[in-house]
Amino acid sequence: MQTFVDAIQFLFDNLGLIWDKTVEHLALSGAAVGVAMAIAIPLGVWLGHLHRGSFLAINVSNVGRALPSLAVISIGLGLLGVGFLNVMVALVILAAPVMLTNAYVAVEQVDPDAVRAARGMGMRPLQTLLRVELPLALPLIFAGIRTAAVYVVATAPLAALAGGGGLGDIIVNQPTYGPEGVVAGSIAIALLAFATDGVFALLQHFVTPRGLRKRGKEPRLEPQVETAAA
Amino acid sequence: MISLIAQQPVIPEFERGSECVRENKQFCSDWFFDNFDRVFGPRVVEHIELTAIAVGIGFVIAFTAALIAYNRGWFERSFAIFAAFLYTIPSLAFFQLMVPITGLSRTSAEIALVSYTLLILFRNTLTGLQEVPEDARMAARAMGLTQGQILRRVELPLALPAIMAGIRIATVTTISLATVAAFIGVGGLGQPIFNAIQSGFKTEFVAAGLLAVLLALVADALLVLLQRILTPWARARRV
Amino acid sequence: MTTAETGEPLGGGAAGLAFVETTKVYPGRNTAAVSNLTLEIRASEICVLIGPSGSGKTTAMQMVNRLIPMTSGDITIDGRSIKSLDQTELRRGIGYVFQQIGLFPHMTVEGNIGTVPRLLGWPKDRVRARARELLELVGLDPDEDLRRYPSQFSGGQQQRIGVARAMAADQPLMLMDEPFGAVDPIARDRLQDDFLRLHAEVPKTVVFVTHDIDEAIKMGHRIAILRDGELVQYDTPDRILAEPANEFVADFVGADRGLKRLRVWTLNDLELEPAGDGAAALPTVGEDTSLRDALSLMLVEGVERLTVLDPSGAAKGTVALETITRLIGPEKRAVEV
Repeated sequence: MQTFVDAIQFLFDNLGLIWDKTVEHLALSGAAVGVAMAIAIPLGVWLGHLHRGSFLAINVSNVGRALPSLAVISIGLGLLGVGFLNVMVALVILAAPVMLTNAYVAVEQVDPDAVRAARGMGMRPLQTLLRVELPLALPLIFAGIRTAAVYVVATAPLAALAGGGGLGDIIVNQPTYGPEGVVAGSIAIALLAFATDGVFALLQHFVTPRGLRKRGKEPRLEPQVETAAA
Repeated sequence: MISLIAQQPVIPEFERGSECVRENKQFCSDWFFDNFDRVFGPRVVEHIELTAIAVGIGFVIAFTAALIAYNRGWFERSFAIFAAFLYTIPSLAFFQLMVPITGLSRTSAEIALVSYTLLILFRNTLTGLQEVPEDARMAARAMGLTQGQILRRVELPLALPAIMAGIRIATVTTISLATVAAFIGVGGLGQPIFNAIQSGFKTEFVAAGLLAVLLALVADALLVLLQRILTPWARARRV
Repeated sequence: MTTAETGEPLGGGAAGLAFVETTKVYPGRNTAAVSNLTLEIRASEICVLIGPSGSGKTTAMQMVNRLIPMTSGDITIDGRSIKSLDQTELRRGIGYVFQQIGLFPHMTVEGNIGTVPRLLGWPKDRVRARARELLELVGLDPDEDLRRYPSQFSGGQQQRIGVARAMAADQPLMLMDEPFGAVDPIARDRLQDDFLRLHAEVPKTVVFVTHDIDEAIKMGHRIAILRDGELVQYDTPDRILAEPANEFVADFVGADRGLKRLRVWTLNDLELEPAGDGAAALPTVGEDTSLRDALSLMLVEGVERLTVLDPSGAAKGTVALETITRLIGPEKRAVEV
């Protein structure tokens, strides 16, 4: 209990440090999410549009979810060495599968009647994709990005072990920052993860075409697992 | 880079190692196979033990909680919030924070690992029970099964797919988190990783990482198989 | 086998059922869902409960196996109040079939059918033999279907399994709540026919709820018409159609009730006139044809007389248009001779 109080004190005393580390953390997470998006979303959308590769697309997230995060970072350390790039690659590998599967399922399961109507009206495949399939698929695609983003933010502390920086630096350095630092770092990460979830939830809401906005839960593929501890 | 908790760095026979080792190439298979029994074998066993105990205990707790929550709605909220809170704590922190309480021991690691399994096991078990088709429940009632019989013979079997899915997710998550547990020195496949962080020996990084990944994938596959065996009706389709 | 004296759980044969001033009032409501229902169902009879939505027919039936508790009054089985029986014992002695079927997806057909017998402690062999016997009775294949799962069957087949399951422990009473409602009309017709055939072989006492008057006329020995929780008329199909108790019943059974009566009877039930010389020129019809179909044929062919054939094809006699029409006319001749 005392440690918790100390931790709050720590947060206030070290705002500069916390801020710097948070920025590092977000930079790393953001980069990883961005790269993962650039790889996974187009691929998933394309496969879903073609209604191909379902076995791959659906099972890749099962495999991805099973990958032990530290192990992936470790392999990265062995193959690519220490540093920002290596950790980012590892995080991309952890983030991409969920995004890929969500993007695939989102486009693949767009109401076939809407697609048929579009084709019937004379839209070419690319137009159908951009004007009909993508808008309808966006909510679920976004849900995948959201899940992956929260996962990355929560897993990034491990990056500190590999020289990636971020809030993990505080947590792994109990000798320097004391137990109150460890708790303070944890609180910061937890808040960051919730904030990420919140921001993406907001984005998801705005990205959902008005006609599709329903009262109640946003679409989610994964079981309701909020922040992944890493 | 790492706190003083990590063990003495193990630089295995560095001087006498092959050229591959001396140049610290990315993966020296000769070293790997030579040293497997000594360096990695026991770690795999430890890792499996850590995981099995955590998932086992976690399941007992979460399952009991789910049964209670199934009959008493208010309990669902409380336990879910409790389990979610535990899940939010970053693992590196959780392990460290246990040390002053239960020491640099397996117990500390297990408490943290068990805590992480609770949310998913609880949610899946409870949802599995709640999603049992209403008409099957009604038929069972009307046929004269007692509440206990309905639970044992109808509701739990039908909840099994969801429960198994939860166990599957909990297991791979625990395998992942157990690698981090080595931070407080309890062994497992994280140990060679943390050693390597000290020594910079690349083969150890790659080998330990690959073994952990392999372990996770094998466990996942085995559990999928187990689920298929236990739920033969889920695959049956209209002839 | 009566249970009134022995006090043993129900089993075997068919039981008589009686509602005695049975009433159900839901808390917070002014009107009763079921109000002082009193009627007696003889053993081995099929009694149909019918009425518009909200008439209380399902509520009444669900009070029999205590899925819904009675507010006041009583229900007796073979004279014994259901309140005196342990609820679990009571339910194990009553077969229950309902529209959504409710087969257990995780059990094989054999497992489903054998649920109650196993609860009663029957040995494995006996359960299997019984399941085989019942599957054949309901028109499925014991060799193939015992080890299949419910999801492998069509809706109609699933309901057949549901019926088999409800009879597995030889329960003397069966409750059926719109059991054939969820299948298409052709399958429903076949299910109805097959169930009547089954009932002829194994005459359990059946309470059958439906909202379909044609089904009621086809299935019921006697029909109980309910409205707003009250019993309006309880009689055989023919008499309800011939003499509806009031305007509500007359409306409910439909403006074509005269013709509906003709469905109840076949040419078998009439005394036919001898086949005269002109018989060979007349259109022919089998003796099992309903009077309604016979009438329809005469109108279509533009004749006033038909020759009736027995199953071998030999002429049994003739029937006149006037004979049929007079049956449902103002004179209200009784059909049965």
